[in-house]
Amino acid sequence: MNELLRRILHLPAQSSSVAADIDALHYTVILATMAGVTLAAAIAGVFLVRYRRRTTAVPLTPRIEVPLWFEVVAYGGLLILFCAWWVVGFAQYREIETAPADAIPIYVTAKQWMWKFAYPEGPTSQDALIVPVGRPVKLIMTSRDVIHSFYVPDFRLKQDVVPGRAETLWFEATEPGSHDVLCAQYCGLRHSLMRAQVVALSAPDYARWLDAARAPLELPGAKGDGQGLAEDGRATAAERGCLRCHTTDGSPFIGPTWAHAFGQLRHTADGRDVVIDEAYLTESMMDPRAVIAAGFPPVMPSYQGVLTPAEVSAIIEYIRSLRDAAPARAVPSPAGPIAFPPPGDTPGANP
Amino acid sequence: MRTEPDYLRAGRGIRSWLLTRDHKRIALMFLVAVTLALTLGGAFAMILRTKLLYSGPWLIEPLTYNRLFTLHGVVMVFMFMIPAIPAVFGNFALPMMLGAKDLAFPRINLASFYVYLAGAALALWGMIHGGADTGWTFYAPYSTTTPTDVAPVALGVFVLGVSSIMTGLNFIATTHMLRRRGLRWHDMPIFVWAIYATSIIQVIATPVLGLAVGLVAIDHALHMGIFDPALGGDPVLFEHLFWFYSHPAVYIMILPAMGVIAEVVPTFAKKHPFSYKALAYSSLGIAFVGFLTWGHHLFVAGISQFDAAIFGVMSMFVAIFSAIKVFTWIGTLYRGSITFNTPMLYFFAFVYLFAFGGMTGIAVATTSLDVHWHDTYFVIAHFHFIMIGGTLTAFLAALHYWFPKMFGRMYPERWGLVSAALVFAGFNLTFVPQFLLGNAGMPRRYYAYPDRFHVLNVMSTLGAYLLGAALILTLVYLLASLRWGKPAPANPWGSRGFEWRSPSPPPAHNFVVPFDPAHGCYAYDRPPPDEAPAVET
Repeated sequence: MNELLRRILHLPAQSSSVAADIDALHYTVILATMAGVTLAAAIAGVFLVRYRRRTTAVPLTPRIEVPLWFEVVAYGGLLILFCAWWVVGFAQYREIETAPADAIPIYVTAKQWMWKFAYPEGPTSQDALIVPVGRPVKLIMTSRDVIHSFYVPDFRLKQDVVPGRAETLWFEATEPGSHDVLCAQYCGLRHSLMRAQVVALSAPDYARWLDAARAPLELPGAKGDGQGLAEDGRATAAERGCLRCHTTDGSPFIGPTWAHAFGQLRHTADGRDVVIDEAYLTESMMDPRAVIAAGFPPVMPSYQGVLTPAEVSAIIEYIRSLRDAAPARAVPSPAGPIAFPPPGDTPGANP
Repeated sequence: MRTEPDYLRAGRGIRSWLLTRDHKRIALMFLVAVTLALTLGGAFAMILRTKLLYSGPWLIEPLTYNRLFTLHGVVMVFMFMIPAIPAVFGNFALPMMLGAKDLAFPRINLASFYVYLAGAALALWGMIHGGADTGWTFYAPYSTTTPTDVAPVALGVFVLGVSSIMTGLNFIATTHMLRRRGLRWHDMPIFVWAIYATSIIQVIATPVLGLAVGLVAIDHALHMGIFDPALGGDPVLFEHLFWFYSHPAVYIMILPAMGVIAEVVPTFAKKHPFSYKALAYSSLGIAFVGFLTWGHHLFVAGISQFDAAIFGVMSMFVAIFSAIKVFTWIGTLYRGSITFNTPMLYFFAFVYLFAFGGMTGIAVATTSLDVHWHDTYFVIAHFHFIMIGGTLTAFLAALHYWFPKMFGRMYPERWGLVSAALVFAGFNLTFVPQFLLGNAGMPRRYYAYPDRFHVLNVMSTLGAYLLGAALILTLVYLLASLRWGKPAPANPWGSRGFEWRSPSPPPAHNFVVPFDPAHGCYAYDRPPPDEAPAVET
């Protein structure tokens, strides 16, 4: 029954400890309200047919007023029904809002347009939240710019992430698997592509992941595989989300492409031409609104304080290496530092 | 019998329209303006739905998409939905229903039209100049930091609010002061109660909206840091201020629609309402309780559990008043003598769509369910069921119902019935898939979406095309019948309503012979009063 209704209503999988209970209330409310509306429409339909005018003359009709006691009973009963749903719904809401004391804390930072997760044990990850199955996890979330909303449809959970505040959300994944995180609060140009994954791992896998994740980050700045600064820059650009707006195949996207750019003249929105060199690129990362490339929206956030000087150098070196790059089909995708299981239901379009 | 020209012929030339103080002419000017707004907002909707045929980037840029859904919301809410029924049909019918020659403040009425135009012009200028991309909700701090032009659009909304307040004040004063001698409160048509309740909300709530969008405009221009936490402000404060207006505003949009339905049903069922007092007082109930439910928009914004509890219960109470109305309309049909004209078909569509939309309102007020649905297409479908299924349907019902009175011409009944059926079909095809999209977890304001949402999006877009085509059909035959329609008798529907006791179209001062309130406007258990005398045409 649960499975049938879930499919008819197009609800996603029930992957958190609260999802099945919430869906049960969902079915009750939706079926009862649908039945109520159908009944009302059916009665109206019967009256329309039964009392349609059959003569051309207009007859007088009796003045019938519904008795007060009937109104009190009918509306009182309806109100009691509504309030009963509210009692159940509010009890569930309290459960959702109150995290268990033993929940694992994970710190979440949202910014346009990426999610960053930091674990108490030390590792951080971007756009992939790795959690253990069967243990409550408490997210302590804040935003660095505008309001975002952390939404996992498979968990039936959502929490706005408000700048200047720490909002919490807890959940317990029931089975190993991968689930979409969607941003539900409109946050600008790339709102619909601000997606991440929650990856639930079995307890042993989670422990292994934690061990593996801790190791490389003990060497700050060493993000690449040691093949040189440009390769480090490529990895950094992927991890920091640069490649979500800048392509490396020559096609313009949200921002100008990086291919064949270094050393060229750039036409700016205020009608000047500037040389794309180390100084220009550094300024563009630290103060993106200082010089706007003509034809592109001024939407890039500042990376002042986000990128270390070593990372800035690496990214510039990477862009320089693309000066003579052969046009290649490069798909901009965040290459997280951690290899995690392939998501079962990946967002399809990632232009 | 003294004859005088009807109001359409009482003066000639453009000045006699632009400087008129006749509430009926101002109503017609508003009708033209809100129809243009509906066309514009509808065109935006068509572009948005066309983009959503495919998830990938095509047709328009993401920034253009974001501007378009912002403008769709701003135009539809502030330029169409809010003024549509009060400023057009309230303006036209309310003084006639009270036996007045005009509104209490005819000059303020005319001024409210020009203030509306000024607000619309300001917002549209902002749109051409750069276009805000904040969504019609203007949530801070996005709205205070986005590089697009928020200020003119926000100020346009502010000015449109002033127009709304002027209209509301006028209706309240008119209802209190200009009722015909002998017309007691409980003799008034239900439509007047609905417009009166709407006016109370407009006068009390709109200043808070003005405050909120004004502060956003100031914050955006001067970086005062009222709502931006980077400068010490609080973004959730904006949400409270915004919804303190914008939730009651949905009752500004739906109450007049309920008033229209409460006139259409007795007229075409030839029947006294099942409970006059229930219909009249439930409007006031919605107006007052509607002020105490705004927090249900903030269940996942980080409000306290205590607040969530109160706002959840109050939302259940406000739903009861709507249930009272639906129950009473349906009860009115019982033992009536029903004819199936276009307004009656729209009534049937309204009952189904409004009840469906209202019941999903109960669902989203059930706090734990809202956590999943909040900011998804479920909410989009829910409020479009109320706003289009309710308000637009009632607007069309009112347009057909009062068309003979306003223009002295009949519309073609057959075309009316066909287009009403098409509107109903197109509407359902557009918005039922959106409920399912919301269940599946598709958030609103998405330029691109995961592939699993594709089929439902295509269905929704096809429905939108059908709905759009049906509305264009309606516009075409109504415009044609202005010229070629059969001349309308004074009371083509056989209504007992007061406004039907005047000729069609009415003379400039509304009545040739003042009506007798002793013949009640719903007295279908007694023979009708004498037919209205003819006028020179």
